[in-house]
Amino acid sequence: MVATFSPDGNRLDRLARFLCVGDTAFAIEFGTGIDPVLNARVHRAAALIREAAMAGVVETVPSFRSLLVHYDPLATSAAALREAMGEIDLGEAVVSAPERVWVIPALYGGEAGPDLEEVASATGLSPEEVVSRHAGTLFRVYVQGFLPGFAYLGVLPPELELPRLATPRVRVPPGSVAIAQRMSGIYPVESPGGWRLIGNTPLRLFDAGWTPPTLFAPGDGVRFRPVDAGEHAAIRAAVARGDYAPEQEAGR
Amino acid sequence: MSALLVTQPGPQTTVQDLGRTGAQAYGVPVCGALDPVALRLANALVGNDPGAAALECRLIGPAFTVEEAPVRIALAGAEAAIDVTRGDETRSYPAWRAIDVPAGAGVRIGPLRGSGTAVLAVTGGVEVPAVLNSRATDLKGGFGGLDGRALKAGDRLPIGAGTLGSPCLELPHPPALGFDGALRVVLGPQDDAFTEAGLATFLGSAYRVSREADRMGIRLEGAPLAFRTSADITSDGITTGAIQVPGSGLPIVLLADHQTVGGYAKIATVISADLPHAGRLLPGAEIRFQAVGIAEAEAARRALEREILGLIASMTPVRAAAEIDLAALYSANLISGAVSACDLD
Repeated sequence: MVATFSPDGNRLDRLARFLCVGDTAFAIEFGTGIDPVLNARVHRAAALIREAAMAGVVETVPSFRSLLVHYDPLATSAAALREAMGEIDLGEAVVSAPERVWVIPALYGGEAGPDLEEVASATGLSPEEVVSRHAGTLFRVYVQGFLPGFAYLGVLPPELELPRLATPRVRVPPGSVAIAQRMSGIYPVESPGGWRLIGNTPLRLFDAGWTPPTLFAPGDGVRFRPVDAGEHAAIRAAVARGDYAPEQEAGR
Repeated sequence: MSALLVTQPGPQTTVQDLGRTGAQAYGVPVCGALDPVALRLANALVGNDPGAAALECRLIGPAFTVEEAPVRIALAGAEAAIDVTRGDETRSYPAWRAIDVPAGAGVRIGPLRGSGTAVLAVTGGVEVPAVLNSRATDLKGGFGGLDGRALKAGDRLPIGAGTLGSPCLELPHPPALGFDGALRVVLGPQDDAFTEAGLATFLGSAYRVSREADRMGIRLEGAPLAFRTSADITSDGITTGAIQVPGSGLPIVLLADHQTVGGYAKIATVISADLPHAGRLLPGAEIRFQAVGIAEAEAARRALEREILGLIASMTPVRAAAEIDLAALYSANLISGAVSACDLD
C-alpha cells in the first residue's frame, strides 16, 4: 500500500491500540517506552476525552505512553466507549516548550541525599558534577502517580542513568529528590522506595486540601536549584508557616 | 448529634465509603470498602445512601460506647456476634440486621466468620470530613477517614444526623459468603509478556493467599509464571483487581489501596463482580483464575447489581420476639439471643 495523506491519520484509533483491563477500565496505548511525543498524545487524549464528557466515563489516568480510562459498566460498555473514542481527532502532536517552569530548591548530598556519593562513584563523576548535571536539566512532568503527588520527571542526562536499588529502603523521607533509570522524582510523602536519594526539597508537592491537590500539572517544566542547609531550613520554616510561594521561571 | 467513643479498635478498623474517584491522575488511590456489596447492604439496613461512610472491620470488629444520642447500626459482610451492653444487661445480636443502641450503651463486635472483612454502618454515616470528595481512609497517603489512619482506642467518631423512628430492618436471606475459589479474570493488558506455558500455569493451577495480604493487595503463593519478555514495563495505569507479576513470577492481586500507576506486567484483571470475593479472602485461602471475555464480565456485573438491588428490596422489619422461629434461627447457625427488635425502651 502506498502511503498517502489521510485526513483521518490523527484519529485516536489510528494512533493507538486499545488494551483489555477488566470490565471497569481499558488502556489506550500509543506506543512503547518513554518519549515526549507519545506522552504529549496521552495528555492530549486525556484532555479531549474529558471535554467530550461521554456518559459512563469515571476518570482517566495518563502515564508515559498510555491512558487508562476508568468506566462504569452499569452505565456504558467498553465496546461503546472504544468506538466513540476511536473517532476522536488528536490533531498533530506538538511538543512545545513548557508553559511554566517550577524552580525547586534542593539540598544535595549528606543526610538529605544519602546516595549522592555512591551515584558519583557508580557514574565516574564527582558529587559536584552529579549535582550540576541534575540541576542543569530542564525536566518535564511526564506522569503523576505511584504515590499521591509523586511526579515522574524526565529525562535524566544519560550519564546519570542507574538502575533502582537492589534492596528498596523501607522508609524514604518526604521531600527526597531521587533518581532511577531515566527519571528523577520527589517523594511527596514518607514511603518505601527503591530510587537513589541525592537531595531533599522543603517544598510541599501534594496537599489533599488543594484543588487540584498537586503543585505540578502534566507537561510542566521543573528545574532544581541547589541550596545550602541554611536556605533549606529557612524555606522549610516558611512552608510550614504557609508563607512560601514556589518560584517559577518565565516560560517560553 | 451522637458519636461513637472507641474503647477497642480491632486489628484494622478504618472509615471507608465507595472510594475516592476523580484524583487518580494526581496519584491519589481510590481506596474505599474492600467489600462494596457489604457496604451497600449495611447502609441500606440503616436507611443510608449506598455510599455513606461506615466502619470497615478486618478479622475482629471494634468495641465502642454510644455517646449523647441513640444510634442505629448494622453489620454486613460477615457473621459475627454483636453484643450490646446497657448497665448489667448484655444482649447479643447477629449480623445482617439493624440494631438500635441507646446512648450510654456499649457495643462489642466479635471475631468475623465467613469473611476477613465486614462493614458496620450507622444511620447518618460516620461524619469525618470529606477529602477530595470522599471520606475513605487513605492509609498510605495519611488522609481521609479519621486522620488518615486506622482507629485507635480513645477515638471519637461523630455520627451524622439521622432519623430512627422507623422499624429496624433485617435481611431475611443474607448473601452466601461461601466461595468456590474461582475468581473470573479478563486477560491483559500485558498477557503478551508471558509465555504460553506461563498463561497455562496462571489459568490451570491453584494459588494460595499468603500472609502478605492487606488493603493494597494479596501476594499469592504457588507456581511462578514464565515471562516471554520481562516483568518490567514502562509504568502505566492500574485498576482495582489488576494482577501484577513482579520478577519472582508470583502474582499479586491489587485491591482498593493499590497505587495508581506501576511498572510490573499485569497478566489479567479480576472482574468487578468478583472483586468483593477477593476483598473477603484470608491468608491460606486457595483460589484459581478463570478467563472470561469483557462482555461476559460486564454481564456478570449487571447480574451482581440486580442481586444487590433484590437483596435491598427484600429487607423487612425485624420480627417481634414472639414471632421468631427459634428452631429456624438455630438451624441457620445464627447466634442465639436475637430476641428483640428495637431496644430503645
